[in-house]
Amino acid sequence: MATNDTPTTGEFAKKTIKGAGNLLITLIILVVDFVLGLFAFKLFSLGYVPIGICIVLIMILISVAFLVPKAHMFKWMAVGLSAWLLFSIFPIIYTIYNAFTNYGDGHLITQAQAIKQIEAQTYLPETGKSYQWIAYRSPDNKYLLWLKDAEGNTSLVTQVDVEGAAEIPIVTGENGIGEIDAEGAPVTIEGYQRLNRILASTDKNLTKIKFGNPEKTIQVRSPSEAAELLPLYAYDAETNTFTDQLTGKVYYDQKGTYVAKTGQRLIPGYTAVVGMDNFVQFINSPGLRGPLVTIVIWNFIFATGSLLLTFSVGLLISIIYGDPKFKGKKLLRSLLLIPYTIPSLITILIWRGMFNPDLGIINRMLESVLNISPRWFTEPWLARAALLIVNTWLGYPYWMLVTSGALQSIPSDIYEAAEIDGASGWQKFWGITLPLLLVSVGPLMISSFIFNFNNFNLIYAFINGGPPIPTATTQAGYTDIIISYVYNLAFASGRGVQYGYASAITLLLFILIAIMSLLQFRFTNMWEEVGENV
Amino acid sequence: MSKHPKSISRSRRISLIWRWVLAVVLVTFSVFPVLWIISASINPVNDLASQQLIPPNANFDNFKQLVSNPIFPFFTWLKNSLIVSTISTLLTLSLTTLAAFAFSRFRFKGRQSLLKSILLVQSFPNLLAIVALFTISKQIGDVVPWLGLNTHAGLILVYSGGAMGMNIWLMKGYMDTIPRDIDESAHVDGATDWQVFWKLILPLLRPILVVISILSFIGTYGEFIIARTLLTQREMQTVMVGLQIFTAGQYTKNWGVFAAGALIASVPIMVIYLILQDQIVGGLTQGSVKG
Repeated sequence: MATNDTPTTGEFAKKTIKGAGNLLITLIILVVDFVLGLFAFKLFSLGYVPIGICIVLIMILISVAFLVPKAHMFKWMAVGLSAWLLFSIFPIIYTIYNAFTNYGDGHLITQAQAIKQIEAQTYLPETGKSYQWIAYRSPDNKYLLWLKDAEGNTSLVTQVDVEGAAEIPIVTGENGIGEIDAEGAPVTIEGYQRLNRILASTDKNLTKIKFGNPEKTIQVRSPSEAAELLPLYAYDAETNTFTDQLTGKVYYDQKGTYVAKTGQRLIPGYTAVVGMDNFVQFINSPGLRGPLVTIVIWNFIFATGSLLLTFSVGLLISIIYGDPKFKGKKLLRSLLLIPYTIPSLITILIWRGMFNPDLGIINRMLESVLNISPRWFTEPWLARAALLIVNTWLGYPYWMLVTSGALQSIPSDIYEAAEIDGASGWQKFWGITLPLLLVSVGPLMISSFIFNFNNFNLIYAFINGGPPIPTATTQAGYTDIIISYVYNLAFASGRGVQYGYASAITLLLFILIAIMSLLQFRFTNMWEEVGENV
Repeated sequence: MSKHPKSISRSRRISLIWRWVLAVVLVTFSVFPVLWIISASINPVNDLASQQLIPPNANFDNFKQLVSNPIFPFFTWLKNSLIVSTISTLLTLSLTTLAAFAFSRFRFKGRQSLLKSILLVQSFPNLLAIVALFTISKQIGDVVPWLGLNTHAGLILVYSGGAMGMNIWLMKGYMDTIPRDIDESAHVDGATDWQVFWKLILPLLRPILVVISILSFIGTYGEFIIARTLLTQREMQTVMVGLQIFTAGQYTKNWGVFAAGALIASVPIMVIYLILQDQIVGGLTQGSVKG
């Protein structure tokens, strides 16, 4: 562009448009930042600090990418990287963090929330200010309570757990209230029945219901008296302790749980960093350690076995039917590819039906031909064998595809040279085909191993890790692999969720996978490729 | 080498015969479960115990049951699955293509370390961090309910964010094979980065776009455990979650209905495989394994 010429109108318009465009972008980014900022603020105020920090980082990333001219290349990836940060990186970091916390049943909430919940626990004092009362009951067992204190003040209150106003003004004609008697209590309330002494004393619910609002809760104490509930535990922020108002017992904060000297605990606790506790617990408890050893060993057997079986079947097929002279090759290939074209979960569930020990087709056939009926789902090694059979079915088409391609790329003159030297077919396979093949498909074998190492879908959908290991203190089975074991620790209902402990084991899995991946990178020169492109 | 011609043809015939025998065995192994489920789906007896390979009085009652079965809202699930997979795929595709363009075409500080991190992180399946994903979804949902647990939008975000790494890597690798001379000459002619991307590079990316979208669609369509963890209401669930939960119950008594559902749910993926077989094979051997 010539500098000493005055800009033409066209250029001027272009610049103006560009300026307006920049202004628009700045405005949009400001709006985005505002929304994200608000989002982060709300997360912080709920006590969700880690994810709040993550949102702030995303906010900074987006602002820098779009507003700093030098960082213009980040515009292209700002949104993608944000998604990656939030749903790939953050979960990993968060899992590592969780491994060192007691996050799980009884410790699911933040400290502020836990304190609030403990402070909300109340008791009914045996002495103190009391009220006269009359109860009103609706056909669907909703209650209203009329109260009169010693000074003669009256009020009509609703249940604490009912939405809306806690107190209803006692005015005839309003809210269905009829006439008012000499005591000041409504004689009738529309939709409610006034309970006389006999009805009230036979009503089992009445003494359990809390009336009023959370700040001033009233409960029926005796046929003649109702009283205000008092907080049971007083919190002292300075010492971070709770004191029981009835017994005077003091509860001290111990890694997320308030515990008395006698060992009694207050519920709930909160999520706190507990250091190596999860790992120590694992080492000290045979009920946890035992199953994990079994599971890790089986995990390796399963991944190795799956790889060997799928690879050999796939390779066998491509060697035998790779011969171009073989007629019907195309049809055969299509038929053999079928397992690959159906979502694996569906076929796993079909196999599950076929392997059903009592009703499935496999045992019905075995019974009629061999007169045996293996217990596929209850015998550990039979269950494991069934899994390997199913996984072979699921996985061989992949290796059929991969090896048939790789075999074609082996130059035929190597074979010819071997034939001249008098090599047999077997020798050619072990000496030429397999080594060359392993070089080209080696990295894919590692991927496949890692995939099967974490093949949660198969284990979970086919048999859910069963049959159970009897000595385990948590849900663990003979066919469980690490990842399915972790999943059950975290989510299996009934025995309580143990996110912290589950994360600690996930950490072990992370390390195993990282080692395998680094091996794979070394194999494939992927690291170097990154460097070469600069 | 010096064998009589007649004996060569004889040994060839024997080898051909055993090859065919083996082929029959292999095809039986591969096709049997599929035949079995087709047979179950048209068997009027709904029970696993009384299933035969060739059912007497075959009809389509099981399929009809799918339409109005209250404990098995099959078509709602199928619709959910198609929506979630389609949107996740489109989102993944657009975000990764843009990011990969920057990695392939610009040189900047931190590029290498970012690429290496992406490569390393992608080897951890995001299923591993399922507790964290659950917590993130829950906490986001406490502030923005339509992005939290039990929403399709939340699930789509988790899927797209989790697949980002691998797809950026695949896409960047492909873009690197497109010579940079093309865009340099366009830059000389005054084209902006966006014009280069949109008009020159994007049309050349068709093959890899097809591969990534197929793999991504198949992957999200078949995924069930994250979906199961994040979607707790029956009407919100995807078809894979629905089928899995269904078989965890009294499935042997409803085998026919399950079979009919399983067949219909397989159709979208089978169609994709039949039409785009070659691209899929290419994509798989580039380093990803079927999920």
